[in-house]
Amino acid sequence: MEYVLIIISAIFVNNVVLSQFLGICPFLGVSNKLSTATGMSGAVCFVITLATVVTFLLNKYLLVPFGLEFLQTIAFILVIAALVQMVEIVLKKISPSLYQALGIFLPLITTNCAVLGVALSVVQKDFNLAQATVYAFATSLGYGVAMILFAGIREHLAQSDVPEAFKGLPIAFITVSIMAMAFLGFAGLV
Amino acid sequence: MSKFGLITKGLIKENPTFVLVLGMCPTLATTTSAMNGLEMGLATMFVLILSNIVISLIAPAVPDKVHIPVYIVVIATFVTVLQLLMQAYVPDVYATLGLFIPLIVVNCIVLGRAEAFANKNSVADSALDGIGIGLGFTLSLTVIGLVREILGSGSAFGFKFMAGDGILAFVMAPGAFLVLGYLMVLFNKLAKK
Amino acid sequence: MAAQSSFRNMVVCLTLTCLLCASILGVVYAVTLNPIRGASQKALESALSLVLPPEGEISTEALNVEFEGRNYEYYVQTVDGEPSAWAVKSEVNGFGGPLTVLVGVKRGGVVNATKVLSHSETPGLGAKCQSDEHFIGQFNGFDTCTSKLLVRKDGGDVDAITASTITSRAYTLAVSNAVEVVGVVITGTVSDREAEKIGQTASLSDTLPAEAKDQTVSASNAAPAEAKGLATNNDGGQDNE
Repeated sequence: MEYVLIIISAIFVNNVVLSQFLGICPFLGVSNKLSTATGMSGAVCFVITLATVVTFLLNKYLLVPFGLEFLQTIAFILVIAALVQMVEIVLKKISPSLYQALGIFLPLITTNCAVLGVALSVVQKDFNLAQATVYAFATSLGYGVAMILFAGIREHLAQSDVPEAFKGLPIAFITVSIMAMAFLGFAGLV
Repeated sequence: MSKFGLITKGLIKENPTFVLVLGMCPTLATTTSAMNGLEMGLATMFVLILSNIVISLIAPAVPDKVHIPVYIVVIATFVTVLQLLMQAYVPDVYATLGLFIPLIVVNCIVLGRAEAFANKNSVADSALDGIGIGLGFTLSLTVIGLVREILGSGSAFGFKFMAGDGILAFVMAPGAFLVLGYLMVLFNKLAKK
Repeated sequence: MAAQSSFRNMVVCLTLTCLLCASILGVVYAVTLNPIRGASQKALESALSLVLPPEGEISTEALNVEFEGRNYEYYVQTVDGEPSAWAVKSEVNGFGGPLTVLVGVKRGGVVNATKVLSHSETPGLGAKCQSDEHFIGQFNGFDTCTSKLLVRKDGGDVDAITASTITSRAYTLAVSNAVEVVGVVITGTVSDREAEKIGQTASLSDTLPAEAKDQTVSASNAAPAEAKGLATNNDGGQDNE
């Protein structure tokens, strides 16, 4: 039951993009087309879940026992960078087409604040390994939900009559603002 | 570009928030008030200046294949230094800014400037670039924070000029995106002149 | 512009970078260690002095007690060596997340003062639990023997924050849990309220600890020896297992 609460909270109530403000840069950059948005969400989901598990274990068994919590930032980002590098190499071998489709976005996942942000907040929330994994997976699902919804809207926006000054990013921000307002309605659900 | 130009370009022409559109996450999350925005901007500027200096110093000696991890380690070191200093001397500010201090590591501005400027220019120029972009970032954050604070809490820099609350949506998520969108339009209109 | 990407160069560069950064970090860590400890100690002391009465000595040693299956952290204030007030860290689920309140409780089930330590409530609504003076003020000196620690909607004597019933309920629950925890700490076993339920006229006012022991011994399941042991233990800081 508790896991259901974590999942609902991570996807809707505290959506990583619309409520916690993590992962905005790629969110804006990749969401012009629905297909790239979907691909990116999948890649991010994989990286966030894997990175959270690895950094959790690293923190629990190496940093905390030796009192090295102040090294969390450095250790976590290095793990994430290494993981993304590995994912790139593996993906190139297993599925070259997907690798091509993601292009530049794959290395950019390293600087996606959502990955580091989720890894750090899991430590703050004092979860155990199972909860942390569920939370990370659910958070990245929330990221996907937000991004795919937004990409859908943006494709329509591109064909709408937007005032010149608002074209591009400003109208995108206003759209996200309304989406965030909608998601606010989920507050108090859990 | 003149030395002075290096500093002022970050304010308007290459404003990281409204023109380069970098570092969005802290921009939206920490601008619930003018003071918070100011503090976050200054914290980022601290890391930006130091990392620019060090990276421009070591860039000639770093082999190309490993330059990304090396830069990340350097930036992460300065972020951790910032974290420790803040925890020791300004713990309240540290508690308010929370998760977003360590997130300066992945702030696209810092790594972006290292790649785009610091590794190709002299130490002095890189430092000035850091100051310029940092000031521009701080200014944008403070302005956004001020607007959100006035509209959302009826206060400015902590001084309440209105009894009760303002339009609360502005201190919450929707307001952040909305204010940023509108300010971007305003900024671009003004900057074009 | 950069050096050649030979294997040797890469390894040397990475190693040197790590060594340099590690030394910078080591130095800064050593320099800031004491200020950091001092800062968190100061924060704790200021919170404790806010919720506890002015007379007496406050011990910043965190003690623990079990109540209803949860572990509570508390601090003791003593006057002339006798515990006179306790500050309990009470956590409940609020509207937007966990709500942690530091509650100062005196003998007799009287709440001295409260302070929010952390919350995730909505700004302008539940977040007023941190700033609304009327709401917070009504807990100062709240006597649980004469008034009920529930919001008015639930039949109690606490005014809720407008449009924030859930947050107000959570806050009130945190305070009432804290009072019961103090009851457990004082008597060692059954709280004041539970003793009442069993039909004893329990009152935690300035009765000697031995008297409290007498009242609750027949109603409790725990060994009388434990209660006696706890009552005579001056810093009231034993784990009740």
